[in-house]
Amino acid sequence: MLLEVENLKTEFKVKRGTVKAVNNVSFGVEKGEILAIVGESGSGKSVSSLSVMGLIRDPGKVTGGKIMFHGENLVEKTKKEMNKIRGDKISMIFQEPMTSLNPVYKIGDQIMESILTHTDLSKADARKTAIKMLDLVGIPSPEQRMEDYPHQMSGGMRQRVMIAMALSCNPEVLIADEPTTALDVTIQAQILELIDKLRNKIGMAVLLITHDLGVVAETADRVVVMYCGRIVEQADVKDIFTDPLHPYTKGLLESIPRMEEDRDRLFMIKGVVPDPTKLPKGCSFADRCENCMEKCKEHMPALVDVGGRKVRCFLHSDEEEVDV
Amino acid sequence: MIKYIIKRLLMLIPVLIGVSIIVFFLLRVCAPDPAPVVLGQHATEASMQEWREANGLNENIVVQYVNFIKGAVTGDFGESYYTNNSVLNEIGSRFPATIEIAIFAIIVATVFGILIGVVAAVKKNSIIDNASMVLSLVGVSIPIFWLGILFIILFVKILGWLPASGRIDSMLRPEGGTGFYLIDTLVQGDFEAFKNALWHLILPGVTLALYTLAIISRMTRSSMLDALNQDYIRTARSKGIGEGKVVLKHGLRNALMPIVTVIGLQFGSLLGGAVLTETVFAWPGIGSYTVECITKSDFPVIQAVVLIIATIFVLMNLIVDIIYAFLDPRIKYGKRES
Amino acid sequence: MASKKVLAADGADVQEAVHIEKPESRFKAMWDTLKKNKAALFGLFVIIILVIIAIIGPYITPYDPNSQVMKEAYQSPSASHWFGTDNLGRDIFSRIIVGTRVSLFVGIAAVAMSLLIGTILGSIAGYFGGKIDAVIMRIMDMMLSIPSILLAITLMAALGKGIDKAIIAIGVVSIPEYARIIRSSILSTKENDYVAAAKVIGNSDRRIIFHHIIPNVVSSIVVRATLGISTAILDTAALGFLGLGVQPPTAEWGDMLGRVRSMILVYPYMLIFPGLAITLAVLAFNLFGDGLRDALDPKSRS
Repeated sequence: MLLEVENLKTEFKVKRGTVKAVNNVSFGVEKGEILAIVGESGSGKSVSSLSVMGLIRDPGKVTGGKIMFHGENLVEKTKKEMNKIRGDKISMIFQEPMTSLNPVYKIGDQIMESILTHTDLSKADARKTAIKMLDLVGIPSPEQRMEDYPHQMSGGMRQRVMIAMALSCNPEVLIADEPTTALDVTIQAQILELIDKLRNKIGMAVLLITHDLGVVAETADRVVVMYCGRIVEQADVKDIFTDPLHPYTKGLLESIPRMEEDRDRLFMIKGVVPDPTKLPKGCSFADRCENCMEKCKEHMPALVDVGGRKVRCFLHSDEEEVDV
Repeated sequence: MIKYIIKRLLMLIPVLIGVSIIVFFLLRVCAPDPAPVVLGQHATEASMQEWREANGLNENIVVQYVNFIKGAVTGDFGESYYTNNSVLNEIGSRFPATIEIAIFAIIVATVFGILIGVVAAVKKNSIIDNASMVLSLVGVSIPIFWLGILFIILFVKILGWLPASGRIDSMLRPEGGTGFYLIDTLVQGDFEAFKNALWHLILPGVTLALYTLAIISRMTRSSMLDALNQDYIRTARSKGIGEGKVVLKHGLRNALMPIVTVIGLQFGSLLGGAVLTETVFAWPGIGSYTVECITKSDFPVIQAVVLIIATIFVLMNLIVDIIYAFLDPRIKYGKRES
Repeated sequence: MASKKVLAADGADVQEAVHIEKPESRFKAMWDTLKKNKAALFGLFVIIILVIIAIIGPYITPYDPNSQVMKEAYQSPSASHWFGTDNLGRDIFSRIIVGTRVSLFVGIAAVAMSLLIGTILGSIAGYFGGKIDAVIMRIMDMMLSIPSILLAITLMAALGKGIDKAIIAIGVVSIPEYARIIRSSILSTKENDYVAAAKVIGNSDRRIIFHHIIPNVVSSIVVRATLGISTAILDTAALGFLGLGVQPPTAEWGDMLGRVRSMILVYPYMLIFPGLAITLAVLAFNLFGDGLRDALDPKSRS
C-alpha cells in the first residue's frame, strides 16, 4: 500500500464531552487506485482525510493509530516535516470551490505559491508549470487566466484551479473531499472525469470523500463506508453495489433514486444520526436498523473479514469489538 | 479610478458647505456676543460697537456667511479677535505640532494594535488573548485626559524619566524648517534636539494612541478570527506553507479591510482626542489652541479649525475607499460590477 | 472620546436586527446568557451601586461637598478625609459622591435625547427613503465629519456652561449614530417578509413602524444606548476637564480634575480619585453593554 491508515483515532474535545470523530479506522490506498470513503455528514469521513493531511486543529487531535506513507508514520511528524509533505506528496482539494481560493490573490500566484514552496524552480519556471497545470485541468487560454482573480471565475473553473493547484507538485496521493458536491450536475461529471483521467496519467492514488454513491459508482475502485466514526463496510465497488452486506449500506443504496425502477416513494433510512457525544452502547446504527436484534443494542460488532471484504454487523459474524 | 476620485472630491463640497453652515450658525447666531469677552467687561458700549463694526459683525448674517465662504475658498479665514494675525497663520504655526503627535499616535496605535490583535486571534483564549481583551476594554473606558494625568504622575513625578509638557526644551528648538520637530532636527543633524523632541513626544503620543490602539486591536482580532476561519486558510495550510505565512499572507491580508476602515475613521477622532491630550501635556498644537479660543470666544479661529479638521476627516474617508480598491480586487470603482 | 462611530460601518448594524423571536422568549434567552457572563454582571452590579449613590449621595456625604474650609486644604488622603481635600479645602470623597448624580444624569439624559431624535430621524429616513432620506442622511454625514469632542465644545461655546447645555451638546453629537443604526435596521427589516405581509393586509405606515419595525430594532438600540451612556459619561467628563462643563461650584468628576490639573506634580492625589470614578462608571456601562450585545446577538455567542 502507498498510503496506509491503521487504527486511526481522532477526537474532538467539546463542552459536552469528547467526540470520537474517527474511531479505530483502517484503510489503505494503492498507487493509481481510487478509494472512496462514503458516509453521511458526521460520519468521520472528512475528519479522516484531514487527519491524513495533518490538518486537524484544536479542539481536535489525532489520539491514536498510524498513518504510514513510504514507511514513515505521518502522525509522528513535526509540523515542519508535515509542511514538506503537504501540498507536495499528498495534496487535497475541498468541497467549496467558491470559498477555497483566496479572494485577494490572482489564481496564477496561488498555484505558483505551491510550486515555489516545494520546488527550487525560479519564478519564471514556476509560472510555466502553473500554466501547464491550468492547461492540464482543461482551462482554456491558461496564460490569460493566470491573471484572473477567483471572483472572475465560475465554480467549476475554480474547482479546476484547485485541482491544478493540488496537482502542481505531482502528488502521489490526492485527497478529494466532496469535490463535486457544490457544483452543477454537468460540471460534476466533468470534474470526476478529469480526476479519473489524471490519476491514469500521473498514476496517483486518490482518496475520494463523498456522501454521493452515484459519484462512487462512476469513479471508485474500492469503497469504505463509514458511520459514526467507524468503518461499517469495506469492499470493491462492484460488490458494494451488487451485494451490500451492512444494513446501512443497503439503506444508502436504496435511497438513491433510480430511473429504471418505478417506485412511488423513495426509501429513507429511518431516524437520525445519534448525538456524537452520546453514542449508544452497542452498534451505533442499531436504532435506525431494520434488522436490529437485542444483541445489537448491547454490544458493538467487530469489523470482520467476509470473503475478501469487511463488514461490521452481527448478521454476518458474532464477533464483538474488543476496543470499544 | 481618477474619475471616481474626482467625483468623490466634488461630493465633498456640499458636505463642507453644510459643516460651515452648522458652525457659522452655532457661533454667530446661537453664541453670545463675543464683544464683552474680547474687550473685557469694562468696555464701553461705544467701543464694543466700534469693534463689532470693524469685525463685520453688524452685517446681515447671510452677508457675513457669504463673506466668510468667499474668504475660506481662498484660504482667508479672517483675523483672530485678539492677535490681529490672520487665522491661517495662527493655525499654520500650530498645525505641525498636532499633525506630528497625531501621526506618531496613529503609527503606534496601528503597529501595536494590529500586532496585539493578530497574536490574540492566533492564540485565541490564551493569556495573551485575555490580556489583549482587558487592554482594549480599559483603552476604551479610561478618559484620555486621565490617562495622560496617570502617565505624568508615573513617568514624570515618580520615575522622572520623561518631560511632562511642551514639545522640546526651548534652547534646542529648531529654527525654520517644516515645523515638524522630529524632521527638522534630523535634517539639521542635531541628534540631541531630536532625542529631546522624541522624549517630549512619547507621553502625549502614547496617551493619544491608546484609545485608537484599543479599537484597532479589537477590530484586528475579530477580523482575523473571521479570516482564519475561512476555507482559503485551510487551502493555504493544505499547500504546506508555513503557519506564519498562512496567518500573515493569507489571513491578515484578507482581514485588512475593516482594519483600514477603523484606522481611517480613527484619524478623525484622533484629531478630536488631540484637544484633550494637548491640554493635559501643554502641547502647543491646534487642539489646546482651540480650547483656549473657545474660552476667549475667538470665533474666526474656531470656525477655521472645525472646517479644516472636517476636511481632513472626509479626505481620510476618501483615502480609505481608495485603499480598499488596492486591497480587494473585487472592488472596482466607477465600473459596474456584474 | 466618542468613537463608537467605527462600529456604524454599515454592515454590522444590519446584521443585528434580523432575527425575530417572540419578545418574551427573547428577553428570557438574553437574561439566561447574560447571567453566565461574569463581566457583564459585574458591570450591572456597579451600575446599580452608582444609581443608588446618585439617588442617596447628597444625604450620605461625610462633609458638605461645596463648603470651602481653607485651613483644611491640600490634605492627603487620611482617615478623616478618605480621598483628601482639594485646594479650596473641600472633601474630595464627598464631591465624588455628589458628582455621581451629575455624571449619570447627564449621561442618561444625553443618550435619551439623541436616541429620541436619532430614532425619529432614522425612522423617517429609512422608512420613506428617497429625497427625505438623502437630505437627513447628508446632514448626519456633515455632523459625523466633525470629531465629536470638537463638535461638543463648539456647541458648548455657543450655548454656554451648565448641566442642561452639556446634555444638549453631548446628546446632539450622537444623534447621527442612532439615526444611522435605526435607518439601516429599518432598511433591512423592511425587506423582511412579515413587513411586506403587514403592508399587503393594509396596515398604515405609522402602524408598521411602531408595531412591526421598532420592536425588531429594539435589541440593537438597547445595546448601543448602554454603550452610548459610557461614551456620554466620558464626554461629560471631557467637557468638565476642559472647563466647559458645569457651572461652579457644582461637583463634576471631569471638572474636579480640570481645576487642579496644574497641581499635578505637587498634589497628584487630587487627580487620582475623580478619574478613577469616571473610569469605573464608563467601564461598568461598557461591560454591561458588551454583555448585552453578546446576549442579544446569537452569532457572537459561540
